Amino acid sequence: MARAVTNRRKAINTTIGWTIGLLMFFPILWILILSFKSEVDAIRGPLEVLSADWTLESYAAVQARSDYFKHFLNSVTIAVGSTFLGLLVAIPAAWAMAFVPGKQTKNVLMWMLSTKMLPPVGVLIPIYLIFRDVGLLDTRLGLVIVLMLINLPIIIWMLYTYFREIPGEILEAARMDGASLRDEVLYVLTPMAIPGMASTVLLNIILAWNEAFWTLNLTAAKAAPLTAFIASYSSPEGLFYAKLSAASVMAIAPILIMGWFSQKQLVRGLTFGAVK
Amino acid sequence: MATQHSRAAARMMISPAVILLLLWMLVPLGLTLYFSFLRFNLIMPTGNEMVLGLFGQGLRMPGPEDLTGWDNFYWFVTDPSFQAAIFNTLKLVGGVLLITVVGGIFLALLLDQPMWGQGIVRIFMIAPFFVMPTVSGLVWKNMFMNPVNGVFGHIADALGMEPYDFFSQSPLLSIIWIVSWQWLPFATLILLTALQSLDQEQLEAAEMDGASWWSRFWFIMLPHLARAITVVILIQTIFLLSIFAEILVTTNGGPGVATTNLTYLIYVSSLLQYDVGMGSAGGVIAIILANIVAIFLMRMIGKNLDA
Repeated sequence: MARAVTNRRKAINTTIGWTIGLLMFFPILWILILSFKSEVDAIRGPLEVLSADWTLESYAAVQARSDYFKHFLNSVTIAVGSTFLGLLVAIPAAWAMAFVPGKQTKNVLMWMLSTKMLPPVGVLIPIYLIFRDVGLLDTRLGLVIVLMLINLPIIIWMLYTYFREIPGEILEAARMDGASLRDEVLYVLTPMAIPGMASTVLLNIILAWNEAFWTLNLTAAKAAPLTAFIASYSSPEGLFYAKLSAASVMAIAPILIMGWFSQKQLVRGLTFGAVK
Repeated sequence: MATQHSRAAARMMISPAVILLLLWMLVPLGLTLYFSFLRFNLIMPTGNEMVLGLFGQGLRMPGPEDLTGWDNFYWFVTDPSFQAAIFNTLKLVGGVLLITVVGGIFLALLLDQPMWGQGIVRIFMIAPFFVMPTVSGLVWKNMFMNPVNGVFGHIADALGMEPYDFFSQSPLLSIIWIVSWQWLPFATLILLTALQSLDQEQLEAAEMDGASWWSRFWFIMLPHLARAITVVILIQTIFLLSIFAEILVTTNGGPGVATTNLTYLIYVSSLLQYDVGMGSAGGVIAIILANIVAIFLMRMIGKNLDA
């Protein structure tokens, strides 16, 4: 009897859950479908769209007309570059704060986080002018630097929380056994820190890939990543549903897949440990 | 001895990060503050007499000029579009918060229930968060809200109704809708995480004592979620104050200034009208606003750091 009730409740939950889930996912599903339709079919009614012929022409057209691959590479360079540059600076800092905490550690950490709360528009003009004067406007290097700096607090924060979970006793034991600092870092710390570092990298690539304030304001044609490239579709004369869909699908697919893997890290990375 | 040694080493390891962030914070911040007290327009003197005429000074060479005191702030704040932008910002942030927090609580409660295919449902619900802002803006505007070719337009047609032109009839609401779609997954995910840390025995005990679902929600779950809800509100507010790309690709702040928020207004006055002084004054105001929120957020994070 009780079993039947639970199953019925479960069925109701399932129905509601799937309905809402599909509704929320529908825009993404829809551009996936539109991207495989011809331009003429893509603006028809939903049922006509579904019954129309499938084609790959939009994907080919997006590449041919606007050198999609160049912008894709820009996105990869900027997202991966800024993340790894950030990691280079963040690993020593997070390591030191986690394993050699001093009186000021907490304050330093809090101050670092507070830089993340600065609204980008508040510093847009100086950065824009500095970049203009030193020739960093519309370069990938410029964006790598800016995105590294805006995500640095998150990288340090995440690494710090992961490093702190590594028990200090293990390091002490290794030291007692005569391990040098180099051995300690290389053979004890690194293997234990790799999962945390991997999720930090993942989340930061996602954040950098989707960043759409600096990428839109500091790039033109040359260094524009996908965020800025897609924005160029906003002009009415460039409005092609199927091509916009194809470009969008290619732009969000890699991140969507990475995102699904990093759900848990998302909470940790974006709430700065305030929710556990 | 050893600790002193490692202290020094630790300081060395932290310093690159500290120096970089210090430069990143102080240099632009100082410059913004400095510019905000300057008459500083990038337009060539013959270029834009109207804008420069506002200052009653006639035409000037571009570049840093003499100090103007609080003039930039005065002109920025008394500009009618500033008041509009402040209200739009409040409506945008408030509207999105309302939708995402209420919706997020509901979805978190739903996802916490047993159901078939829970993992897939969760993946579906979280997906919008990973869509880049320019894509979600353009996709909603064209593929859904366009009165002629959008899905909603087609559905209205099929039902024999007049299609609704979202972006000309309620532009700000349309943007609130798009941004909510992006941020609802974030609220859901965090509230779900918090909900799952709730002691199940407490709920079972309450149930055995005859507490209804509603009173269990109101007296046990909601108080437990209070902290997470606050965090969601604070973090989202920080990000929502800076909404930019969604406005740029859909309405350009229009019609008129109907969808211009503070961020967009500053962008317009500095990068489109080249009025660095005014834009910087706006930037200072934006920083102050964000800091008010940040103080509360930092306090919550700080408390958790001690625990």
